[in-house]
Amino acid sequence: MSEATFFAEAPAEGGTSKRGFVLQTLRHQRVALGATVFLAACVLIAILAPWIAPYALHEQVGHVFGHPSWRHPLGLDDGGIDMVTLLIWGMRVSLVVGFAATFVSMVIGGAVGVVAGYFGGHTDNVLMRITDYFLVIPDVPLMIVVAAIWGPSLFHIIIVIGILLWTSTARVIRAQVKSVRERVYVKRVRALGAGHTRIVLRHVLPQVAPLLVASTVLTIAVAIFDETALAFLGLSDPSTVSLGTIMEHGFQRAAISTGKWWAIVWPGVLVTLLILACSLIGGALEDALNPRLRVAHLSARTFRLRPLVGRGKDAV
Amino acid sequence: MSAEPTLLEVEDLVVRYPINRGLVGSATRRPQRSVHAVEGVSLSLQRGEMLALVGESGCGKTTTAHAVLRLVDPVSGAIRFDGHNLVPLGPRELRPLRRRIQVVYQDPYESLDPRFRVRTAVEEPLLIHRLGGSRSERAARVREALVRVELSPPELYLDRYPHELSGGQRQRVAIAAALVLEPEVLVADEPVSMLDVSVRAGVLNVLDGLREQGLAILMITHDLSTAARFAQRIAVMYLGRIVEEGPAAAVVEDPQHPYTKALLSVVPRRDPRDRQRPQILKGETPDAVAIPSGCRFHPRCPVAVERCAAEDPELSQPVSTETGHRAACILLASQRVADCDEPHS
Amino acid sequence: MTTAPLLQIEDLHVWFELEDGGELHAVQGVNLSLEPGERLGLVGESGCGKTTTALAIMGLVPSSASVSGRVLLEGVDILAGGEEAIRPHRWADIAIVFQGAMNALNPVQTIGHQIVEVLELHQRAKGGAAKARTGELLEAVGIPAGRAARYPHELSGGMRQRAAIAMALSCNPKVLIADEPTTALDVMVQAQILELLDGLCQDFGLALILVTHDLPVVAQLCNRCAVMYAGEIVERGPLETIYHTPGHPYSRMLFAASPDLAGLDEPVLSIAGAPPRLDRPIDGCPFAPRCDSVFDACAVRPRLEQLAADHDAACHLNSRVPA
Repeated sequence: MSEATFFAEAPAEGGTSKRGFVLQTLRHQRVALGATVFLAACVLIAILAPWIAPYALHEQVGHVFGHPSWRHPLGLDDGGIDMVTLLIWGMRVSLVVGFAATFVSMVIGGAVGVVAGYFGGHTDNVLMRITDYFLVIPDVPLMIVVAAIWGPSLFHIIIVIGILLWTSTARVIRAQVKSVRERVYVKRVRALGAGHTRIVLRHVLPQVAPLLVASTVLTIAVAIFDETALAFLGLSDPSTVSLGTIMEHGFQRAAISTGKWWAIVWPGVLVTLLILACSLIGGALEDALNPRLRVAHLSARTFRLRPLVGRGKDAV
Repeated sequence: MSAEPTLLEVEDLVVRYPINRGLVGSATRRPQRSVHAVEGVSLSLQRGEMLALVGESGCGKTTTAHAVLRLVDPVSGAIRFDGHNLVPLGPRELRPLRRRIQVVYQDPYESLDPRFRVRTAVEEPLLIHRLGGSRSERAARVREALVRVELSPPELYLDRYPHELSGGQRQRVAIAAALVLEPEVLVADEPVSMLDVSVRAGVLNVLDGLREQGLAILMITHDLSTAARFAQRIAVMYLGRIVEEGPAAAVVEDPQHPYTKALLSVVPRRDPRDRQRPQILKGETPDAVAIPSGCRFHPRCPVAVERCAAEDPELSQPVSTETGHRAACILLASQRVADCDEPHS
Repeated sequence: MTTAPLLQIEDLHVWFELEDGGELHAVQGVNLSLEPGERLGLVGESGCGKTTTALAIMGLVPSSASVSGRVLLEGVDILAGGEEAIRPHRWADIAIVFQGAMNALNPVQTIGHQIVEVLELHQRAKGGAAKARTGELLEAVGIPAGRAARYPHELSGGMRQRAAIAMALSCNPKVLIADEPTTALDVMVQAQILELLDGLCQDFGLALILVTHDLPVVAQLCNRCAVMYAGEIVERGPLETIYHTPGHPYSRMLFAASPDLAGLDEPVLSIAGAPPRLDRPIDGCPFAPRCDSVFDACAVRPRLEQLAADHDAACHLNSRVPA
């Protein structure tokens, strides 16, 4: 009797090996789904800013620090400009800086992580020491120095943030690459004589990709935060409008002490929501990727299998 | 001995893994300790023959296989394949030879990339070695390989993912991926130990059939029953050395080395009435870092004498030179001498 | 024999909840009995339900699973009454040893400490007496008492398994369930552990349920055996009887599926196909698609029928009227 008609009818295994892992995870976890929708909406709004902003960006439409009203639901800023307009344009810049800086850090961090994890040995040691070196550089002083020497500009901020954020990605990717490298099917293909390029591109990267996505999203959160912080401290390009600069302007013009809270709170809330959304998505992906160490032992008291840590579904 | 050509010959292979001393250890020049995984192994493999390398965990059988595949670098010794010594060769020179020696691993659940369909997994070796001609020619080779491992009709399997297949089917796909390059030697590392009992025979019979078609197979296993049934020759390893070697039937029916005898006596038999007296050795196999002096088996050997702690025996030929049945035990040599002295009856 | 069996399992069913809302019927009406001092082998391949049965006997299945049936320990149904009712029986009456001791030993405590903890919690001994008893137990399983201060990771696989056995025996249970106790071990260590279990069962008068997929191991240690397939018992009886006159094709084919040193010229045949899914009801005999002797009666699901005294099998071939 041939085995032809008998396929293992067990339900397909889950895990990172299934295609579309990222999408699957996002769909199944409600919080991540909500966050994704929110982030997508923000990106869409930011892209369409020139068309959907209610007023022109530098058009003064009312008094300085005008109160929120029906025509201007979020109030006016220190130059009499509509807050909604500002937020839309500001979010655009914040997102652009966040994404661009993340892109820079992903490229560097991903490359370093893959090379260090794959080749190991001296290469690994050298790259990791370089990573450690970058880890200890403080970001704000570096930005101050860069702004002082080359002048503040968005481009500089992107580079600085990118240079500072790649290290954690590099470490995480390196660990994953090391473990994938030891998998039997990778060893098999190596024994076959496959070149490094082939192994990395076809076997290692696809396994590492979901982690890379998770790491990217989390880095975006940090990048947006970093940009906002740097802008708030006045180190960003003063000619561009980002959520951080809006807050900075408001702060400089004593919005808080005069009770004109809408000039600072709204951009702050929006930044917080953006960062929160990214963190939730990235966190959900990371959680789904974590192999649960099923280490348990028989409890002396109850004889049940007791997990080492935690209870119920969170047990490890 | 059969007149088949010897395809693979291993001579005095020594493989050691250094134990990491760390920065402090290196700085203070602590003596370098190593795991003596393989300490002087010699074997040969002929066309159409299956040699089973048998032993318990830590005996060095897997390391020997990895050395043959050049996945680890030996400290010394030679691995001759088709006249070439593989040991000093670099990756570029190895590549054409690698095609002719293939491997099948123990874990069918891990040896296939879960993202590749069967078609792609079996085709990949052809792409790596740039063989097989046009796309349709490659597809024909893939189909033929699947048929050879009895995954027939191949169309049913080509588009499946590994997780849709059973363990036995996955293992056959792994064998097909090894066969597609038409190797001369196949190294099978515990090919069925992770499969359910009821499907093992299928995979083993496939390997047996391939052997009859001319493939030489080096099978690593801890299961003496499987080795005895399917292999033509068996080599028993202990702590990095071969302690007994010879035709499968001879080793199993007339074991010479005390370790082989003990091992055979504890293999469970399926007939409940067949309760032979097992010779259960005390303790466990020692660490390969601290190898006993003299004969490495002597601390656990039931018939060890004083000389055994001092002398390290060679693989000699106690039984007959025709069959090549050899064992490494000093008691055998003296036994032979005693036998020779006695008048033949 | 008029004495009541030590352990009697009646009509045990276990269902697991599946993610998509369905149910997996992992154990489908298992009936077993165990006399004092008897060794019973529960044999089957992965997915047949043998481990789930062993866990269900002790009430160790996850809370998301549902269990029905009775488990009578010396006449008392320990499953009725939930967790509180069964808890006092664990360790003290029935104990379990798992494969590789991975699920028994706490990696962050020394083995001595763990055994002492069990003894103290179940009021078998306290303080110095507990330590002394721990030493005795370790010696009984072949671990030098000085090793009590070691952590599990410092011991070899064989030693860990012995430690798990010592822990299981600490409260003098009447029944020991061993779930694949030697599967991951080398053949020599396996022989040591089997010899140990043999000796302990004799010395302490233990009844043993050995759960394994390895028939020859059962042949070495047990006198009776129950073969499981697709969640139910398909054959049951003395091992010699099943080996020489199997009442079910699966038992016969399972014996023939592994090479044996005593019969090296015999062909070794695999059983084509795969076990059926247990999340759907099965029509007819669950083994029919893979059976080499299937005939028309097999469209009806067979029941366990007595073939001889103490030999039951669930196969229509046994009641087939010769043509």
